[in-house]
Amino acid sequence: AEICITSMDNYPLYIRSIPTQGELKFHYTVHTSLDVVEEKISGVGKALADQRELYLGLLYPTEDYKVYGYVTNSKVKFVIVVDSSNTSLRDNEIRSMFRKLHNSFTDVMCNPFYNPGDPIQSKAFDSIVSTMMVQAC
Amino acid sequence: MESLTLSDVEQKYYSELFLSCDVDNTKKVASNGKVLDLFRAAQLSNEVVHQITELCGATRLGHFGRSQFYIALKLIALAQSGLPLRVESLNSVRDLPLPRFVMGKNEQEMRHAVMFADTENQGPYFPRPPGRVQAKKVSAHEMIQPCVPTVDPQPDTTSPVVSPHQSPPTSPHAWRKHKRQASGGNVDRQPSVPGVVWPHFREAQPGPVTGDGMWSAHSPPPVQESWVSFTDTPPSSTLPMHPPSAQVITTVRTVPSAMTTNEIQRQISGYDDPWKITDEQRQYYINQFKTIQADLTGLIPGSAAKEFFTKSKLPILELSHIWELSDFDKDGALTLDEFCAAFHLVVARKNGYDLPEKLPESLMPKLIDLDDSAGVPEPAPEVGFSASPVEVTPNKSPSMPSLNQNWSELNQSNEQWETFSERSSSSQTLTQFDSNIAPADPDTAIVHPVPIRMTPSKIHMQEMELKRTGSDHTHPTSPLMAKPPELSDEAKLAATIKFPGTTVGKYIWSKSIYSSCYYRSHSGTSPEGLKVVAPPPPPPRPHASHSRSSSLDMNRNFAAVPAGPQQPGVVAFPPAVPPRPLPTQTSVPHGHRSVEGDGLPAHTSTSPHQMPEQPNFADFSQFQAFAVDQPADDGENASDKTTGTMKTAKNDVQSEERNATTVNSAKVSTPLAPPPKPVRRRLKSEDELRPDVEDLPQKSNVIATVLATQPSIPRSIGKDKKAIQASIRRNKETNTVLARLNNVIECDHQERISLEVQLEQLRPFSHL
Repeated sequence: AEICITSMDNYPLYIRSIPTQGELKFHYTVHTSLDVVEEKISGVGKALADQRELYLGLLYPTEDYKVYGYVTNSKVKFVIVVDSSNTSLRDNEIRSMFRKLHNSFTDVMCNPFYNPGDPIQSKAFDSIVSTMMVQAC
Repeated sequence: MESLTLSDVEQKYYSELFLSCDVDNTKKVASNGKVLDLFRAAQLSNEVVHQITELCGATRLGHFGRSQFYIALKLIALAQSGLPLRVESLNSVRDLPLPRFVMGKNEQEMRHAVMFADTENQGPYFPRPPGRVQAKKVSAHEMIQPCVPTVDPQPDTTSPVVSPHQSPPTSPHAWRKHKRQASGGNVDRQPSVPGVVWPHFREAQPGPVTGDGMWSAHSPPPVQESWVSFTDTPPSSTLPMHPPSAQVITTVRTVPSAMTTNEIQRQISGYDDPWKITDEQRQYYINQFKTIQADLTGLIPGSAAKEFFTKSKLPILELSHIWELSDFDKDGALTLDEFCAAFHLVVARKNGYDLPEKLPESLMPKLIDLDDSAGVPEPAPEVGFSASPVEVTPNKSPSMPSLNQNWSELNQSNEQWETFSERSSSSQTLTQFDSNIAPADPDTAIVHPVPIRMTPSKIHMQEMELKRTGSDHTHPTSPLMAKPPELSDEAKLAATIKFPGTTVGKYIWSKSIYSSCYYRSHSGTSPEGLKVVAPPPPPPRPHASHSRSSSLDMNRNFAAVPAGPQQPGVVAFPPAVPPRPLPTQTSVPHGHRSVEGDGLPAHTSTSPHQMPEQPNFADFSQFQAFAVDQPADDGENASDKTTGTMKTAKNDVQSEERNATTVNSAKVSTPLAPPPKPVRRRLKSEDELRPDVEDLPQKSNVIATVLATQPSIPRSIGKDKKAIQASIRRNKETNTVLARLNNVIECDHQERISLEVQLEQLRPFSHL
């Protein structure tokens, strides 16, 4: 499983994988899923941003894993990749994971010492993400 | 050049400095090179340096001779003290602190110097409090910064220069104790404070960050203020901020004299919490806070805080971490407490302490505002910091259960030190307390009243409703009151709120739906308090002859009976549906009981025809008349009538029958002279209503009370408009009440009918 946060320019701000091996595959998956995310958020042309659901849901399932997307109003994208074998993860749980991610991300943003666009190095954020991933995987 | 008189200390110091600068041993140093570096290390502005060099004559000479050097040093000291640079003052100023130079002494040297200089400084060193030379305290200060023993002129080294110097006799040596001494020297033996940032957020000072440099006069004023509040006590152990460790130089926190001894002891014993903030520190922090945000209760925006803390020259990552730790409410701004915590962490970091992973308890912003100067209310809206004293409301900050950690230091005395550990433990309690927040309060729980099966106790429901509508209900009310607990909270609220009767109608309406259901559901359970509900008496058994079809007969009977005992009851209740014929009927009986009977028959006569609509026309009129005459009777009758009206409002023939029955039952007690037909009806009604009587009395009572509460309904016709309108209002109220009741009764009636049918079916078998 992996969690990736990318900025509006699709620049990764934070990537975290569990297990740590085979990361490349996750990275690749996330990268390709960004296209799907873009497509989803650009597709809602008629709706205003606030009407757009932040949670994008299952972006696309592949044979091995599922990819979920979430985008904030500032076009920061969260992507979660989980194993398909992990069927216990329901949509609600994914939603709550994204919510937690978003909250933690907001906290990071609140830090005046953090410049948007910098990689996220906050330890608190790390710990929250780790906890979440351990729970999920 | 004027002769320069130096104290011994100064002499010694200066000579050492000269030696350090005079690497060539030429007894004179060039104006460039080390001297300049040294002078720059004095943290003086360039202009001042120029001025000094000029004053001391070096410019004239082109180099610094020993005397010039000494003069320059003295001038530096003057400048650092904030005194104007005057040659005259060279000798006039007594007890001028030695000039301080931020030389890059490494900490070790510093420490050694410290130890060397101050034998009693065994423990941690305390970074010099920001109280460098106070301008005012020039005379008193003995800020001895330069490292005497280790005068290694490394102007560019990063370690703080200061090493404790043997304080002159005037200054108490306990450098730990920085007491502001009005006259005495400020003991500032500070062990070099390695990075202690002490107030030293130099504004754009290059060179070593270590705060020592700050001690120049140019350091921010707040710096001066802090630490200044040194009490006048003999130096005692400094307040170790951190556990004693030779390697660590802790910030020097002097203890106010008041708490000297205790503090010291406590400090020594209070090492368990390295993150405690002393009063001095706190005061300093507060002062710093004020420079950014004048309002101590206000917040420092993130950007301002960022600038401020960036001056500390800590890496951004660490500052970011500090911010995360200290911004407790995550609002992007710092309250006073948060700011103090952040500052404290910065200082600690500067001193070499690693940042904790999570905020130490002693640094947590407190919820309770301490009653001290620093106890500034901190409006943290999100968190609910209650700056106001004693506003511990864990509820307000569920996210910060342990926020009640006080930084009691403020002006509190030793107790605070002790309380710290207590607070730590209390935090857990607080946490627990918070966890108790949002208890499952049944009262507040929103329970949806789920109608369950209907109980046959329609009458009880009616009674309850009637009681609700009424005012004083003894045990009729008990079911009512008992019901609420069972009912949903909304219902309960409705009960409690609406019980007064103002919204009786609405209440009854809702209640009718709920009550019936609840009643039914609870009938079997015999809920507590539902005395009446518990064993609901069997629904009044309508006379066999008075089944649905009999209702018409009853009505007819009623109609036939002009003045009947029944009438008043029925009349008493204004019909739910304002009957058109009402006026005509109301005109009939006017305060005359007998008239009611007339009205009733008329009503009843019409009722068959208008059964679904206005069975109680007469009732109303009679009610009016009746209510005027006999509130009691009216009440009773009205209750019956109300029930009747309720039923009729439902357009149920059965309700009419019930009306009839109830009316009849009521009539039984009425003293109206029953005409033959009414008599007959009465008999019939008695039969029928007997079972009802027991059920209805309470309801009747309720209704009676309802009606009784209404002022005697004036004969609408005969009164002036105001009275009419008042009566109309009242009638409408009762209308609604009765309408509700009617609904309830309707339900009850339905059930009774079904039961009757069953009984009929079984009856033939009973003989077998």
